[in-house]
Parts: sequence; structure tokens; C-alpha cells
Amino acid sequence: MSALTLAVRDTNTMLRRNLLHARRYPSLTLNLLLTPVMLLLVFVYIFGDTMSAGIGGGGADRSEYIAYIVPGLLLMTIGSTTVGTAVSFANDMAEGIIARFRTMAIHRGSVITGHVIGSVLQSVMSVVFVGAVAVAIGFRSTDATLLEWLAAFGLLTLFALALTWIAVGIGLVSPNAEAASNNAMPLILLPLFSSAFVPVDSMPGWFRPVAEYQPFTPAIETLRGLLLGTEIGHNGWLTIGWCVGLTVLGYFWSTAKFSGDPKN
Amino acid sequence: MPSSVMPTSNEGAHPSPTAVSAIGLRKSYGDKVVLDGIDLRIPAGSVFALLGPNGAGKTTAVKILSTLITADAGEMQVAGHDLATAPQAVRAAIGVTGQFSAVDGLITGEENMLLMADLHHLPKGEGRRVTAELLERFDLVEAAKKPASTYSGGMKRRLDIAMTLVGNPRIIFLDEPTTGLDPRSRHNMWGIIRGLVSDGVTVLLTTQYLEEADELADRIAVLNDGKIAAEGSADELKRLIPGGHVRLRFTDPAAYQTAAAALREVTRDDESLALQIPSDGSQRELRSILDWLDSAGIEADELTVHTPDLDDVFFALTSSTTQPKETVR
Ligand SMILES: Nc1ncnc2c1ncn2[C@@H]1O[C@H](COP(=O)(O)OP(=O)(O)O)[C@@H](O)[C@H]1O
Ligand SMILES: [Mg+2]
Repeated sequence: MSALTLAVRDTNTMLRRNLLHARRYPSLTLNLLLTPVMLLLVFVYIFGDTMSAGIGGGGADRSEYIAYIVPGLLLMTIGSTTVGTAVSFANDMAEGIIARFRTMAIHRGSVITGHVIGSVLQSVMSVVFVGAVAVAIGFRSTDATLLEWLAAFGLLTLFALALTWIAVGIGLVSPNAEAASNNAMPLILLPLFSSAFVPVDSMPGWFRPVAEYQPFTPAIETLRGLLLGTEIGHNGWLTIGWCVGLTVLGYFWSTAKFSGDPKN
Repeated sequence: MPSSVMPTSNEGAHPSPTAVSAIGLRKSYGDKVVLDGIDLRIPAGSVFALLGPNGAGKTTAVKILSTLITADAGEMQVAGHDLATAPQAVRAAIGVTGQFSAVDGLITGEENMLLMADLHHLPKGEGRRVTAELLERFDLVEAAKKPASTYSGGMKRRLDIAMTLVGNPRIIFLDEPTTGLDPRSRHNMWGIIRGLVSDGVTVLLTTQYLEEADELADRIAVLNDGKIAAEGSADELKRLIPGGHVRLRFTDPAAYQTAAAALREVTRDDESLALQIPSDGSQRELRSILDWLDSAGIEADELTVHTPDLDDVFFALTSSTTQPKETVR
């Protein structure tokens, strides 16, 4: 069997194992979805009037605020799903099954790659779910073309890939599930300090650069541009830069951690 | 406890090829020297026990030989492949059951088995067949559809070993396969390990239990404090230390004094009114001792025969860390 066939085959096996876990324990995934869905509902139905007044410059049109926060929440959904990746990876390490994999003549990278692909698929499914909730409460894209929809989908997938690689690294360096969940906190918290809920312009001046250039804000602004026709500007390139950068960083970090001697 | 005599497999005109060999294996964690230059040679088709107390370095040795971690120094070969340069070839030849269970608790026992079949690239039908066969053999059919996390310790251990066997490995590492098992499960496990051996695989097992090494292994290496304190068959190890004797116990102090005076070559234990006569425990020697006691008119209230067991060897070898290295070959 050629090295490539072996890699594909083992990765596929690992992917199936990963998806089996997700299917067997849907509550884990659903729990992670709870945060973005709750936030969506709370911000729209509870803070909605005030928030839309703030954004619409006086007018209290809730649908406008729904449109404003949905892109951020979709990306936040990815952040929150990848926390699950970090936790499940740390769990795997503790289970000892990974040690068994290491003593088998399988394609080494497949252990991680299978996990990453499974996680990205889960993220995409979560995004679809939260997106459906958003549509149900009134989110509509303003005349996005098919190409823009595809680009939006591509962006979400790329973003999921980048965060997943980082999450795998976090899972690998965390001694247990609790630690992984704590270490992965920034993946959930970062969106709160982005343009997800309020525009960066409305934040204190000293904080603006942080909010503006962290990975979530450019991605949110790009997604907004694609779905709602707002100005994308340099955010598209910033997003691609962040995604590629984080993917490469996460990839090398994870593979280096994984191929070294295990912690215990 | 009496020990059975196990044949050593590398006797005879045609020595078996070597399945596992290590020369000068060293490993330290920081300042802590865990393996201080150990040498091992395990003939193909034999059972080799690495015997040692907790913290002796058994798991570390198994992890190194199974490619899980790297050694600091040493020449190691497994199944004819060099550990350092051809770890993947080594992996293809071995099966490992680590000290702590390496099953996927989130999926069922059967799914664990099928996962192994897939990773060994067995065709679908073949994978199902091997899975069914092993689940049957390890008495896991009933539990097959339950998540592995719900298994008892003994069941997890059995699943662990069943998973190890999926690829039909010729060399198997078992790190403390019975630690934490109840006596019944332990005996079950012994049966399983004997079954492996009769299939001709090479087994390297580690244990803290002398009885276990004695029961299962052709050769035993006593690992203590990172060094091989002694190596040989169970019998060779037992010959390393004296200790076989017949013990006579009396209840009447006067009878004890008379006997002690009459039998000069004995060790006295005045406190418990007991006498120890050196003996190898053979029938012939026993008879002559009894004849001698009869002719001297001595009647003990209790007579027990003590053969040195591996416990004696173990304690003798591991009690002091300054013990000089002794090797039986
Ligand atoms: N990853 C590690 N880091 C530091 N010390 C370790 C590590 N693994 C094992 N040790 C130490 O090495 C010694 C031998 O451990 P181990 O091989 O597990 O012994 P055994 O299996 O015989 O009980 C112990 O003192 C243990 O604390
Ligand atoms: Mg151990």
C-alpha cells in the first residue's frame, strides 16, 4: 500500500471514530451550541431594543440588529465548537487509546488529521444549525449572490479549520479535560471583544486596535460584507491571513507535540 | 508456595532466533535515572518476565521497546528491526497492552475491535470474523454492544488484550496484565497468556508478582532500581539463595530442649520452640530426616517443609539497593 493510500485510509478510519463519538454523545455538541443560541436569543429579545437603538442611530428596528449580530454568532459558534475539540482531544490522550495508536504501524498524522476533519465537519454542522435558528427568528441576507454564499461558506470552513488546529494544540498540551476547557476559553471569549455585538467604533479608543485586529473581527466583517453587502475593505485579506497563519501555527505546534515523546 | 519447574525454551541444539534484544538500555527523566544500562535477550517463542517492585522501571522499558518513548542510549532490536531507525517496522510486528487500559471508552467493545481491524487494514469481512472470534475467545460477546467505559477492570483488560491480538502480532508486550484484577480474573488472564504462548508468539510481560512470573515465564529478569539484579529461569533464581529447610515446632519446652540437644546441625528459634533443619525439600532427604528423628526418639508437634520461592529471591535481591549485580546464565 502506498504511503498516500495508507494516510487516506487511516485518516478515514480516525474520522469515522471521531464522528462516532459525536453521534454517540450528541449532548456534548449540543451543550457547546447552547452558548451561541442563548446569546442570539438574549441579545435579540432581551437587549434587542436598546442594542438596535444604539446601532440604528435611534431607530429601534430589531431585524437590523439581528442582521448585525448573526455573522458574529456564526463565528462564535465555531469558537465554541472547537472548545469541544480541545476537550475531546485531551480526553483521548488521557484514555490511553492514543498510546495504543502510537504503537501501531499506522499513518501517524492520521490520528490528528482525522480529528481535525471531524471537528471541522461538526463546526460546519453547528454553524448550519445556529444559522437555521437565526433564519427562524428573522435573519435574512440582503441579496447575496450564489458566489457570495459560497465564499461565506468557504470563509466559515477556513475559520473552523484554523481554530480547530489551534484547539488540537491546546488539547495536546492540556493534562486533562478540565484544563483543556480552561485553556481553550479564549476561543469563546475572543468574540465578546470583537465587532460581534457592537461596532468597534463604539469601544474605548485604547481598546479599538485590539478589537479590530484580533482574528474574529476581520472574519466577522468579511462575513457581514458577503451576506449583508457591507464594506469588506482590507478585512478579507486580514481574515485569510489569520486563517492561514493560525492553521500553519496550529499544525506545526500539534504535530511537534504529537510526534515527541508523550507526557506520561 | 511451591514452584513448578518451567522448561527454558532456549536450550537444545538450535537456539531460537532473538525476538527482542537490548544492550545498554538507558533512560533518565531529568536527574532521575530510571533505566541504568540494562541488557535483555528474549528468544522467539518464549515468555520473558520483567519482575520488579513499583517504580523499578518496568513500564519505562516496555514503553521504549514498544516505540512509545525514546531511549537515551542503547542498542535495541525488536523482530530484527532496529528501534531507532525502523520504528514503523517494529510497530508492524508487535502488539502492546500497556499498564493502563488503552481502550476507547466512548465506543462499544465491538467497535473498539473493528477499529483495530480497520487500522490493520483487514478487509471488512475478515475484520468482522476476527472481531467475532476474539470477542468469543475472551468471553466478551455479551458485553460487545456496551460502551467499553462500563466494563469492569477484568473485562477492560480482556478487551485490551483482544484488541492487541487483532493484527496477529508475533511479539506481544504485556505491562502488568493482572495488576488490579481479582484472583479469578487473574487466573483467567494466566490462561489467556498461556494460550498465546502455545500459538508460538513471544511474550514480554512485566509483573510485581513472583508467583505470576513463576507460573508463566521461561525466563525472568529481576529489575530493581533501574538495573537487572538477576536473570534466569525460576529455578536458577531460586538456587541463587539458600533457604530450603524443614521446620519442627514443639509445644513442650522440655521436648524442644531435648530435640535441640540431640540434633546439632539445626537453627534454633527458642522463642517459638522451633528448629530448622537445612533441606532441599526432596523426598529422599525428607525420608532420611524423618528416620533420623525417629531414631533419636523426637516427636515434633508440627512439621513443615519450606522450599525457597521467588519471594525469598525477590526480597533478597531487592531489599538492599547496594546489592552487587548477580547474573545467572
Ligand atoms: N514521564 C516521567 N517523568 C518523570 N519520571 C518518570 C516518568 N515516567 C516514569 N518516571 C519515573 O521512573 C521510575 C520508573 O517508573 P516506571 O517505569 O513506571 O516503573 P514501574 O512500571 O516498574 O512501576 C519511577 O520512579 C517514575 O516515577
Ligand atoms: Mg509500571
